[in-house]
Formats: sequence, structure tokens, C-alpha cells
Amino acid sequence: MKVTTTEQKGVAIVSIEGEIDSKTAPEAQDELLPVVDKHHTLVMDLSGLTFLSSAGLRMMLLIYRRATASDGKVALVGLSEAIRDTMSVTGFLGFFVVCDTVDEAIQVVQS
Amino acid sequence: MDARIDVYPTHEYKGFKLRPGKPFPFGGTLVPGGVNFSVFSRHASSCTLVLFEKRASTPMVEIPFPDSFRVGNVYCMVVFGLDYENIEYGFRMDGPFDPAAGHRFDKNKILLDPYARAIGGRDVWGKEPDWSDPFPHRGRFVFEDFDWEDDRALETPIEDLVIYEMHVRSFSADPSSGVNHPGTYAGIMEKIPYLRDLGVNCVELMPVYEFDEFENSRRNPTTGEMLYNYWGYSTVGFFAPKTGYAATGALGMQVDEFKNLVKQLHKNGIEVLLDVVFNHTAEGNENGPTISFRGIDNGTYYMLTPEGYYFNFSGCGNTLNCNNPIVRSMVLDCLRYWASEYHIDGFRFDLAAILGRDPWGVPLPNPPLLETLAYDPILGKCKLIAEAWDAGGLYLLGEFPAYGRWAEWNGKYRDDIRRFLKGDAGMIGDMGQRLQGSPDLYTKSGRRPSASVNFITCHDGFTLYDLFSYNDKHNEANGEENRDGSNDNHSWNCGYEGGTDDAGVTGLRHQLMRNAVAVLMTSFGVPMLLMGDEVGRTQGGNNNTYCHDNELNWFDWRLVKKNAGLYRFFKNMIAFRRAHPVLRARDYPRNADYVGSGISDVTWHGTRAWEADWSSTSRTLAFMLCGKHARGGTVEDNTIYVALNAYWDGLPFELPAPPAGQRWHVFANTALPAPQDICEPGREAALENQREYLVGGRSVVVLVAKDAGPRDRSRASRTSGKKVRKKTRKTKREG
Repeated sequence: MKVTTTEQKGVAIVSIEGEIDSKTAPEAQDELLPVVDKHHTLVMDLSGLTFLSSAGLRMMLLIYRRATASDGKVALVGLSEAIRDTMSVTGFLGFFVVCDTVDEAIQVVQS
Repeated sequence: MDARIDVYPTHEYKGFKLRPGKPFPFGGTLVPGGVNFSVFSRHASSCTLVLFEKRASTPMVEIPFPDSFRVGNVYCMVVFGLDYENIEYGFRMDGPFDPAAGHRFDKNKILLDPYARAIGGRDVWGKEPDWSDPFPHRGRFVFEDFDWEDDRALETPIEDLVIYEMHVRSFSADPSSGVNHPGTYAGIMEKIPYLRDLGVNCVELMPVYEFDEFENSRRNPTTGEMLYNYWGYSTVGFFAPKTGYAATGALGMQVDEFKNLVKQLHKNGIEVLLDVVFNHTAEGNENGPTISFRGIDNGTYYMLTPEGYYFNFSGCGNTLNCNNPIVRSMVLDCLRYWASEYHIDGFRFDLAAILGRDPWGVPLPNPPLLETLAYDPILGKCKLIAEAWDAGGLYLLGEFPAYGRWAEWNGKYRDDIRRFLKGDAGMIGDMGQRLQGSPDLYTKSGRRPSASVNFITCHDGFTLYDLFSYNDKHNEANGEENRDGSNDNHSWNCGYEGGTDDAGVTGLRHQLMRNAVAVLMTSFGVPMLLMGDEVGRTQGGNNNTYCHDNELNWFDWRLVKKNAGLYRFFKNMIAFRRAHPVLRARDYPRNADYVGSGISDVTWHGTRAWEADWSSTSRTLAFMLCGKHARGGTVEDNTIYVALNAYWDGLPFELPAPPAGQRWHVFANTALPAPQDICEPGREAALENQREYLVGGRSVVVLVAKDAGPRDRSRASRTSGKKVRKKTRKTKREG
């Protein structure tokens, strides 16, 4: 699991690659929380994400709650069909704005 | 600074860091840094925690509970640093093997935690298990942090419910469902628009607590087809949703998926009732498998004969000892858990008469379990519905200890309505009771119409189509030479046994199905429909399809189009009930005018207005509900008149006068072909002849009194002369 943070047009873009499960979720969370606390709003690029477990879903929701607690927004980009389906069936998808491209996501979170 | 010191271990065993646990809550619970394990056994001499890596065949470690970690009869321990998503757990209990004393301990068995909140082992429905697995049903851990937003139980008044009894897998397993995840919780979610369109506001799910579809699985000797424990009336774990029903079961996300289903149903105004089976478990009798309870504390969990054999009031090999205080607490913990953690709206208790028996099987006058559930604060708004009988011959219909809370599946409603609909004479007196919510059964204990869950069909027995297509059961596919299943069906095949192209027979069947739902939706009480009856689902005459994972149980979605007229009739009948509070009475009719409308709340009629024929040869009955008496006179509704003619020929029914200034409008007439058989509520057309209506043979007519519209008024003035009216009556016969 690898987290990379960049910035475009003043918006934080966080790319997560690999698997998020109970082993890697705490690590991902440690990387993401400072970004959320600094920017409040972020775009999560999940095109390199290969697996998301229950713990991973919770990490995502925690980021969402943390962002919205300071009036921020979270948009997702690059969801694979399988992960999107899992998030939908388990009720986690509805919390997030899902976009097709990073540019679109930047626009959405800035609006 | 971390201010808590209880997140640090105090002990160690083979590299695993430990600490004395908390006795509550029971089960395996995620706590900071680890998992708290807690399990009760009164008679065990020692207990060992057994941990597996997910799906591994041999344990990764076995950790004996240190003696100092035991509190009373509870073994509790925190294990730190576990990879909680990839670990499964069980227990070994040592103790005496002395059946006559009630004990069947066997330290060679690895036991499922009775409080396991997720259970692995049957992750994907129908996948043949590894029969050599020493631990087939494994405890797992769950997060209990689902984000419900502002959801809670809907708390719909029970008399306003229209219940739809359904099986999770059957609803969408058939390829014709077209869903992404057939046969799952997710599949139901995809079909919510259908449920909404039909208009039901409550689903009752047949068992969803973890069960083993491979329990007693076998091949049909004739066809070679696999027969399963398909319905699931045999619980493995009371705190875990059926993993194989989840599209995400293989990922271990069944808890979230099921909670999301409840949340989405609630968003659509649909309540969720669970069919719960607390009368027995999946362990069977002394020859059955040791999965959990038998090995944890046999004498506590089961009703035992003095010789140590299993009482069998359930017909399934054993009987849960539900009025033992430990077991009573478990049942209460379980229901509280589902009500609070899963936002479940209520429960239907399978063979609930057993819950009123003492540990020796004797019926109790004031059963502590039933009283506890009725008064419990967390269950305070839940629906509690009893199947008020058991397989040991205890029949408590109308007598179930209710404490002002319990409703009952009204088996007498089912039987009486069936007999009336198929044309039995001598049913009119009973019909009068059933239509009013069965006051003969419930007033003596101070109960109300909502005590009666009215149904004509349920999972047990014929579907509605089969009720009017088969005189006899046809259960050969169950592999027991047609011996199983009830012989007491009160069914009628309309002249031909089974499916036929004969338009006359088919037409009559469809008319009788319409009659059934018309009676059900105009009866006081709480109506319940069986999944698929709205489209004429058939089980080929099988009245006990507990073992079939195939089209005998699956909802064939092609029927929605094929029987669109029947579906439309059901939909409009449901909408009519939901539109008219006068049909959803909270109290029994007083047979008196107590609001000054000039007529009684309910009046009885026949082919002659005001003269019901209660005789033993009668097959006709009509009743009128005064709209001004709706909900005890607190709301104003239309006056409604319903004519029932179970006689084979059409009969003219003289109509009572509608309220002053109003005219009768026809809502439904089952004798007419679709789409004339029914309309949308509110779009009823005025009757030409306000004095008499021809009710066709074996048909039901529903009229509603409404203000005479401008066109109606001019017509009314034209026909106001007595002479003209008489002429109309002679020449114009409708239906």
C-alpha cells in the first residue's frame, strides 16, 4: 500500500495504490489525516487501489467524517467496478462524490 | 498521553499478549488494541480460546483462559495485537460427559461462540463445504460503527402495515430477476422499486440468522437433485446474519450489507420484520452435530428428559430451554442487539408457544421470557408477533400471553377464509368474526384487532395460486413419498388438478385469487401477503418447499408481465387499504352509532340490505363500514360497502343507502375482466343503479360512497322518482 499526495489548483490529491485492509488501514489513515486536517477538502484517486476490506471502508468513511466536520468535501476518482460495487452494496458509496476524472473532481470539490 | 492503562497487556502466552477481559458484553468484541473474548459456561471445568487464520484447517494458537481470568461462570480475556480481519475463533470446553446429568462436554470439539456476531464457513451460498473441517462454523469479529445517519425503526402503527413475507434468496435468485447479485440482500435492494410500486410497507424476512444450508442436505433419490435446508428454520448463530445471503459474504461484509438493506428499505418507508427461530437450534438431538450450545453447556441451553435425552417440542430434534434464565437473557440480548444495532422493526417468533414452556416442557401461566420481551425498554416499539402454537401440541391461538404487546399469526383466519372462498357453507358466522379482526379470539383478553395478523397464505403451505389449483399436496420432490406437509389445506382446484390451458378454469382461479386479496385488504387486523402471490406464483402443488433451491421457491419475474392484471388488482387493493383508515381500525366495532352518523360503525347485509343471512346454508355476506366512525370517529373517511358472494351463481344484492348526499361508486368487482375489475383508489365510477348490484358467482364487490359529482347529481335528480328507480333496477344489472 502506498499513499502519494500532490496538489493541483490548490486541492490536495491523494493517490492510494495497493490494498487497504486491517493491516494497512492504520498506516493509510496516518498519512491521510494530516492532509485532511490541513486542506479539509480532498480528492482521492483510487485507480491504483486493488482491494478494500471492511477496515478500508471504515478508514475512507473516517476521512469523510473528518473532512465534513470542518466543512470540507471528499471526491473519489478511479474506482474499479468491483470496489465501486462493494462500496455501493455496503452503503459506503453514498457518502462520497464519485467523479470520472481528477479534473472533474477538483471542480466538484471547489464548487 | 494515553490515559487508559487497560490497553496494555498484563500477561503473555506463547507470544500472545493478554489481559483479564470484561465479562460483558459476551462474545468477541473489538476493543482498543485487541479483542475481548467472553463466554459463559456453568458446568465446564476449563475453557480454551482457539484462534485460526481465516479458513485455515489447523489452529494458529490455543490459549487456555487463566483461572484468574474467570468471573463467576464467565471466561473472559483480552488478546492484543490480533489481525482482526483475518482471524476466526472458537472455544474448547472441558467438563463431564454425563448425559443423564445433562452434560455432554467434549474437549475434542471446537465450539462456535453463541454470541458470535459474524460467522464464517458458509461464506458463499451453496458452495459444498469441506466435510473434514474440524471447525465448520467460525466466529469472526465485526465493526459496530455502521453510519445510519438519521435512520431508526419506522414505528409505523401495526394496523397500518401491509406485510410481505419473503425469503431473501427466493426473491431474486431466478435469472429472470435481472439483478446484479441474485439471491442476496443486495438483490432485494435492487428490487425495492418493485416493493414500493406494489405498495407494501413492511417485509418479513424468513430466517436470516446464520444457518447451514447443508444441514441434512441430501440428493433426491429420483431426480438426483440436491435438497437443502433451504428455508433456514434452524439456527446456527443468533447474533450473525446469514453470510451466504450477502453478495459480499466472501469479503466478510455481510453485516454492512444487511444493515444497508435495512437502511434503504427504511428510506422507502418499508419496515423490516425478522422471522426468528428460538424454539430449537441446528444441533438436532443426541445424534446431531456438536456445533456450539451442546458443547458449551448442554444442560443450560436445552430442555432435557430426566434420562438426558432431548425434548422435541419443535419437531426438529431439540428444544431451546428458553425459560432458563441464562437462555432467556440470551434471547433478550439477541433481540436487543438486532433492534439497536440493525434497526429491525419487529420480530415474528417461529413456534412461539414453546417460549411459554418451562424447562420441563410444561406451559407456564406467566412465562417470564414473554413478559420480559413485552416490557423491555429497547424492544419497546418493536412489533412482536407469535406463531402461537408448537409441534408439541400446544395451541395458544387467542390465548398467547400478550401483555398488551404480542400479536399472533391468526391461523383461524387463514382456515376460515379459505373455506369460505372455496364455497363451504356454514362459514358466515365465522366470516363475521374474521372480517372484524377476530374479536371472538381476542376481546376476552382485552386485545385489539391488531392482535390478529391476517393471512391466507404464508411460506408454510400452498401459494395462493396453488390454493385454487390443487385439491391435494404434491410433495414428491421432497423425497419423502408425499408424506410430509399438511393434509389440511382447505384448497380447491377449480375442476382440474394443476396447471391447465383451460380458459374457464384459469379465469376462475384468477377470480378466486382476487377474492382472497379483496377480503384480506378489507379485514380488520394486520394483513400479510406471501411473496409472489400478487403475480400467481406456483410451487406446482408442493406445500412444504423447505428444501428446494430452485424454481419451486424462486420468484419467477416473468409472471409480473404474464399476470399483469392480477398484479394490478393486488396493487390497487393494497392502495385502497392504505387510503382508507376505516379499514385499519384500532378497536373492534361496537355495532353502535357513537358519533351521530345515523348508522352503526359496522352493519351487516346480505342479498337483502340490513338482513345478513347467517344461516348454515348461506354463502353470502355483505358489510358496510361507516366512514364517520373511522378510527373511532377521530378521522373522516368514506363509507365502504363490501359484498362477498361465495355461491357459484350471481346474486342481486340490495344495497343499503349511502350516506345522505352521496352515491355508491364501484372500486372493485372481481367478476369483471381486467381492467374493469378494479380501478385506482379515488377514481371509482358512480353506479347507475344505487339500489341493487348483481354480484357475480364466486366474486367480491367493493363499493365506496362519495359525494355525487355534478354529472352524478343531474343523473340522480333524473332518477329520483320512485317509478324510474324501480325500472332501472329491473333493466340494469351490472356485473
